[in-house]
Amino acid sequence: MDRDDTKARIDTLIEPFNKKGVGIGEDTTFAGDLEWDSLTVMDFVAAIEDEFDIIISMNQQAEIETYGQLIDAVTKLRGA
Amino acid sequence: MSESAATPDRPQPMADAGHNSQDLFSKFDPLIKQRKDLLDSGLEDPFGLVMERVLSPVTAVCNGRETILLGTYNYMGMTFDPEVIEAGKNALDDFGSGTTGSRVLNGTYVGHKEVEKALCEFYAMDHAMVFSTGYQANLGIISTIAGKGDYIVLDIDSHASIWDGCALGNAEVVPFKHNDLDAMEKRLRRIPEGAGKLVVLEGVYSMLGDIAPLKEMIAVAKKYDAMVLVDEAHSMGFIGPNGRGVAEEQGVLDDVDFVIGTFSKSVGTVGGFCVSNHPKFEIMRLVCRPYVFTASLPPSVVATAATSIRKLMDAGDKRTHLWENSKRLHAGLKGLGFQLGTDEPQSAIIAVIMPDLERGAAMWEALLKEGLYVNLARPPATPANMTLLRCSLCAEHSEEQVGQILTMFEAAGKAVEII
Ligand SMILES: Cc1ncc(COP(=O)(O)O)c(C=O)c1O
Repeated sequence: MDRDDTKARIDTLIEPFNKKGVGIGEDTTFAGDLEWDSLTVMDFVAAIEDEFDIIISMNQQAEIETYGQLIDAVTKLRGA
Repeated sequence: MSESAATPDRPQPMADAGHNSQDLFSKFDPLIKQRKDLLDSGLEDPFGLVMERVLSPVTAVCNGRETILLGTYNYMGMTFDPEVIEAGKNALDDFGSGTTGSRVLNGTYVGHKEVEKALCEFYAMDHAMVFSTGYQANLGIISTIAGKGDYIVLDIDSHASIWDGCALGNAEVVPFKHNDLDAMEKRLRRIPEGAGKLVVLEGVYSMLGDIAPLKEMIAVAKKYDAMVLVDEAHSMGFIGPNGRGVAEEQGVLDDVDFVIGTFSKSVGTVGGFCVSNHPKFEIMRLVCRPYVFTASLPPSVVATAATSIRKLMDAGDKRTHLWENSKRLHAGLKGLGFQLGTDEPQSAIIAVIMPDLERGAAMWEALLKEGLYVNLARPPATPANMTLLRCSLCAEHSEEQVGQILTMFEAAGKAVEII
């Protein structure tokens, strides 16, 4: 699946969750830069799962630290 | 009793304490500071209460004051039941103070078999396995039955022991929004074909005291061929026609593959269990590490548990009185203008929502000074980061005591300017 398409759609999805208006790039981290708590993470993951009709288990989420890694992981899951 | 800890049930990312520190405790500095600030403000330590004397299931002397207990899980008031105490004393005399061994080696006495038999009869199920705590029951069963490549689908507000059972095992862990049937179904639908599935639910969720729509959720789980585990820790003894819990109340106990429970609440002692009709269930005794690699419960504990469980089978009057207490307290608090966790009383837990941690802690302290103990639950251990004063009722609270409790809430609530 197309990484650019995935990124564009996630760019839109993340907006309402980025309450602090942090500038988001490939290296932005969820825990450090965005300071999300686990409930926000759950809601955001659910939004992505619904958008792409995929499942991202907590085990997979543990490997994802940056925005770029998220886009890679979702791109891969969409192809699976 | 995870609400008494300052850690959430769900696993959380740890704060980064910096890389040049050699002290492994540095990572706790933010929490140490938060706690110090709270105590420096002059507040009594909400997590350092000591009961000097216990007068009954519902009253104790705490910090020199006689206090009504409204924050224990002694729902059925079994802790001072004369027959229960007698059974424990006899077992101490006859079998000694402890087994000093694992259930699978030298730690199974007749008392352990007897309490498992009592559980089979209580739940009308084929198999019962007793663990040293309910925490270990969840830890052991969940981590053992869901293996690599399997999926665990669980409510995000699950108890810490459920999360830790997930963490101990190798299955893929997929949480869904609290009590959200649709969110649960979507996740089950997306699980790859052929993977084993375990859905983990609770009957009563202990933070807000709300119950799960088990009937609907279990039907969906079965539609996707998942096995279902229900933790009925907070419902045993008084919810359902025979006190078997929320699944029984909603008529779906037959569709539950594993019920997890504890002796530390309605049963009034300590210990945990899993009951099941699975034909191969007994193999768990050999493969479940939190069952095998720990000492079994002392003979006096299993004797008190067995006696208590048998008495809970026909405790209809107590059950009725506990429900009346819950309804009365719920209506009274609502009438005083407090914001509650549920619109209607759904269990014996009534959660009073505080506007913030400061006023919650102040209210907690004011109540304690009035002579009432409730549980203070605060972020991050609470859903939606709420601060809660959690009240749990006992069948031994008298109608008069419920009245006193309401008077104390009114006085404290006005003093702290919450109502
Ligand atoms: C839902 C739930 N499951 C399991 C447990 C653990 O029970 P125990 O106290 O026997 O370890 C508790 C109690 O804290 C609980 O609330």
